[in-house]
Amino acid sequence: MLVSYNWLQDYVDLDGITPEDLANKITNAGIEVEHLNYPGEGLKGIVVGKVESCTQHPEAEKLHLCQVNLGSETVQIVCGAPNVAAGQKVPVATVGARIAGNVKIKRAKLRGEVSNGMICSLDELGFDHNYVPKEYADGIYVFDDEVPVGADALPFLNLDDALLELDILVNSAHCMNMIGVAYEVSAILDRPLHLAKPHVEESDQEASEKIQVMIADPKKVPYYGARLLTGINVKPSPRWMQLRLIAAGVRPINNVVDSSNYVMLEYGQPLHTFDYDQFGSERVLVRAAGENEEITTLDGQRRKLTNEDLLITNGKQGVAVAGVMGGENTEVSAATKNVLLEAAVFDSISIRRTAARLQLRSDASSRYEKGIDRNRVVSAADRAAELLTQFADATVLRGIVDAGERTVPDCMITMPWQKINQVLGAQLTLEEITGTLKRLHFSVETEGDTMHVSVPARRFDVTIPEDLVEEVGRVFGYNHIKATLPEGTSAHAALTPYQKARRRVEALMEGTGLSQVYTYSLTTKESVASYAVRNQEAAPTQVIWPMSEEHAALRQSMIPQLINVVHYHLNRQMPNVKFYEIGKVFLPVAGAARPAEEEHLAGIITGKRSERTWEGEANDVDFFSVKGIVETLFDALGVSSQISYQPAKRSGMHPGQTADILRNGEVIGYVGALHPKVEKDNDLNKTFVFEVALDALIRHGELGITYQGLPRFPSTTRDIALVVKRATAASDLDRVIRKNGAPLLHSLRLFDVYEGSHVADDEKSLAFSLVYQDPERTLTDDEVNAVHEKIIKACADEFGAELRG
Amino acid sequence: MLKEKLLELRQQALSTIDSADELKALQEAHVRFLGKKGPITEILKGMGKLSKEERPDVGKLANEVRQLIAARIEEKKTDLEARLLDLKLESEKLDVTLPGRKTVPGSHHLLASIIREVEDLFIGLGFSIEEGPEVEQDYYNFEALNLPKDHPARDMQDSFYITDDILMRTHTSPVQARTLEKHKGVGPVKIICPGKVYRRDNDDATHSHQFMQIEGLYVDHKVRLSDLKGILTVFAKHMFGADREIRLRPSFFPFTEPSVEMDISCFRCGGHGCNVCKGTGWIEILGAGMVHPNVLRMSGFDPSEYTGFAFGMGPERIAMLKYGIEDIRHFYTDDIRFLKQFYRA
Repeated sequence: MLVSYNWLQDYVDLDGITPEDLANKITNAGIEVEHLNYPGEGLKGIVVGKVESCTQHPEAEKLHLCQVNLGSETVQIVCGAPNVAAGQKVPVATVGARIAGNVKIKRAKLRGEVSNGMICSLDELGFDHNYVPKEYADGIYVFDDEVPVGADALPFLNLDDALLELDILVNSAHCMNMIGVAYEVSAILDRPLHLAKPHVEESDQEASEKIQVMIADPKKVPYYGARLLTGINVKPSPRWMQLRLIAAGVRPINNVVDSSNYVMLEYGQPLHTFDYDQFGSERVLVRAAGENEEITTLDGQRRKLTNEDLLITNGKQGVAVAGVMGGENTEVSAATKNVLLEAAVFDSISIRRTAARLQLRSDASSRYEKGIDRNRVVSAADRAAELLTQFADATVLRGIVDAGERTVPDCMITMPWQKINQVLGAQLTLEEITGTLKRLHFSVETEGDTMHVSVPARRFDVTIPEDLVEEVGRVFGYNHIKATLPEGTSAHAALTPYQKARRRVEALMEGTGLSQVYTYSLTTKESVASYAVRNQEAAPTQVIWPMSEEHAALRQSMIPQLINVVHYHLNRQMPNVKFYEIGKVFLPVAGAARPAEEEHLAGIITGKRSERTWEGEANDVDFFSVKGIVETLFDALGVSSQISYQPAKRSGMHPGQTADILRNGEVIGYVGALHPKVEKDNDLNKTFVFEVALDALIRHGELGITYQGLPRFPSTTRDIALVVKRATAASDLDRVIRKNGAPLLHSLRLFDVYEGSHVADDEKSLAFSLVYQDPERTLTDDEVNAVHEKIIKACADEFGAELRG
Repeated sequence: MLKEKLLELRQQALSTIDSADELKALQEAHVRFLGKKGPITEILKGMGKLSKEERPDVGKLANEVRQLIAARIEEKKTDLEARLLDLKLESEKLDVTLPGRKTVPGSHHLLASIIREVEDLFIGLGFSIEEGPEVEQDYYNFEALNLPKDHPARDMQDSFYITDDILMRTHTSPVQARTLEKHKGVGPVKIICPGKVYRRDNDDATHSHQFMQIEGLYVDHKVRLSDLKGILTVFAKHMFGADREIRLRPSFFPFTEPSVEMDISCFRCGGHGCNVCKGTGWIEILGAGMVHPNVLRMSGFDPSEYTGFAFGMGPERIAMLKYGIEDIRHFYTDDIRFLKQFYRA
């Protein structure tokens, strides 16, 4: 909403209040002034000139030589505008003047003729071309009435104004019009409000003889009023009205359209004017549109309606989409003589739906959507009739023909007045509270501790006691409320075990050199299902109206996005990177619209383990680098003993370098190398990834800690090298050794794997270091030997393992 | 005769020891002069052949010579060892200005750091951390927050809907509604809710279709707007510096009444006006307000017994303000050169 500072002074005395002051005060009282513009800023030396004579330029067909009276002198100005003529009063940029764009006007010679200045178009004075009236769009501006020659032209063009652009939120719809803003400013400044009641001269002829009004559904159309105006002379509206419309961002059209727009800006009441002679009947029937009923709107578009839309009809066919746009068949034209003026109230939800569906958001529909003052509808019609009488020579037929309720009662709010202090934490007196409410032009009665507040319909946003708390708070000013700390129940708060464990996971990942990233949850439909830890049978979750193909469906794995991040770095000469992400993946559930959400941890590493240093070339990362990361994680979370790894074939992964990660037999993730084909498609070097369901891993928080005393007796270490078939999994040997070593085998570590000339082609040698310990005593050699032999035998039995000589 | 021999041996031994320049030579000298087959041992063995008069003198001299030689060897050995150590140390000399073998840790995402800082502050103030689903029911995302269907403040165009009833949450407020509901009408409820939210925006320097939010909620008997002001003052000073001041400006949110925006005095210029605060001296940080009675009622709390406040902030905005980051997309592009800068954040 653009508010003209000059216009506002019609209603509230702004003496001593600068536009900046006003903007700050309005902002601080709750309606943000987003911009404060001075449309005449930078303009200088623009005066009213009178074109005394206008002759053809001898050398140029399109130029005119004008003798222009500037009051103190008459000068020659060369003007190229097609509409310049002798006798006109025009804005003249004199020599030395500044016009829009900070252009300086100099004395010039045009095709040999001296030009002492420039006759200006509105564009040249900084007006937005979109709002310039058609009659001046291609030429200079011409004053239409008595303006003093030689005077500063800016005030006559409203270029001494300041424009406040208000950010209207849902609760400030009452400020979508000048009168509403005036009420607000009157309350903020605590200054009186001056509202003139419109005065309508009516003829003796009753409007009801010429028109009838019927409403089919009073719930959707609480009120419909019509006035008839005859003998209209369609022409441009007066300068002041045009300039106010332009300031508000509305392009002047003609006096009929302009008057109804002007009243909408002033009263907030959308009006519509029909050419009565084209109306086709003497009856207005407002009803729901039929399913697929069609109407051609003012913009020439054929619109198909539904039975949710409200349609203004002449009893037979549609003449306007209620509250949204008029019909082409009844449009006011230059030939219009008689006008049917509509002032109505329509259901805001219905208008909102229709405007949204037809994609026809207009000044009118947005006001209906956000709400209008129910009690201003009749006076708005009167105001329009008054303006059309004055500026379009209209004769107003007697009476408003209407249906529905013309007014609604005030909203009564009863509450203990102290509630305002209780909620705000303030110590206002009763007088301060009632005084503030009265500034808002609410009437207040008190009765002991209780206060009855009568809120007029123009403040339809105020309906409950809390609304009054806000009204008092914002007008009184929150800066007057002292900060306190809550006195209520003290609450103990801590991270949940899960949240604590998750922080630990973050620290661990970063400790192993991975940097945290956040990627988007919405990704392409194509990549969305790949790399899921568990393949989903149900179709991926998709959004109805994606903004782009890039963000159309919900990810089931973070790996595809992490691949993109690595790709991004490779393109920028950063081949050695390591990342992790913790975030939700969204697993579709058959028969349900909502996916199951799981928090996962995913990582990606590529390139060198570390940068090359002076000590020499660094090693490339490999499968065991990435596996080491997840193993470190499981150790730190104390779950390693529950974890196992199984060779796995997964889409997009290297078939020989991928392992599923199982916790107690359930697959909770995987780790491995990307498939070389994926690497090639994405221009990646050798790249390794993992993803683990974090919920499954730390569902119960971190495991508890059970303290064990330090060993008091020495341990015995024995190393063995076992030769087995190459296909034998190290983890199987590990399992058998541990099983047979219990309980004396304290720890076990694989320290060498050998394949080569010293063993057979299909064999390998695995060397383990075994530590035996008994917490209660020192083990003898015989005891250790017995267990050791048992282990070797078990390995021989299960895997055909032989001791390497 | 023997005396002269002893004196001569002493002379020989001392000069051999003095000229030894490695431990091996000393070893040899020891064997040669003091060994079991050495001359002094021989002399001592032959003592029996001497006269009674000669025996004490020669014996004494022989022992003196032996001790002297042994002492000198020991002395020389310490000396040589020290020199050898010096040589070894000299050979081990490093260029200590060469870089060490660093472990390069990864960095914590700046948004995660901001969220953690806010979490830790509010845990200290007695707020628990609640989380909730990112794919939400329309009811929790809108209706339970006093945004019925067709409310002008909600626009289908602004949300990623999955079905008519399911959408990507547009704020973390549904966690508030869910948590209130869980408490079945009994306070206090004191929570903050960090998380990802989604809006139908085109990504550009100032918009992101996915971003973070942290919301706070405190519902109890007699919670006041002045308490909100107090808590937010603590927050502003903690996050932006001890000399920050705050101001509350009226605003509108459907789920709070009254609603306010919180501004802080500019941390760059201290309130005099600069390009960070666009000359106003104040920076808009977050939205807040007193929980709307409809919200309390719908989640099972009696608004005549309970009041509460709520606030919501954007970690991206806080980060961008604090560090002068010019493009919100940096947070999701994850360029390592960006991420690493906030390693210590």
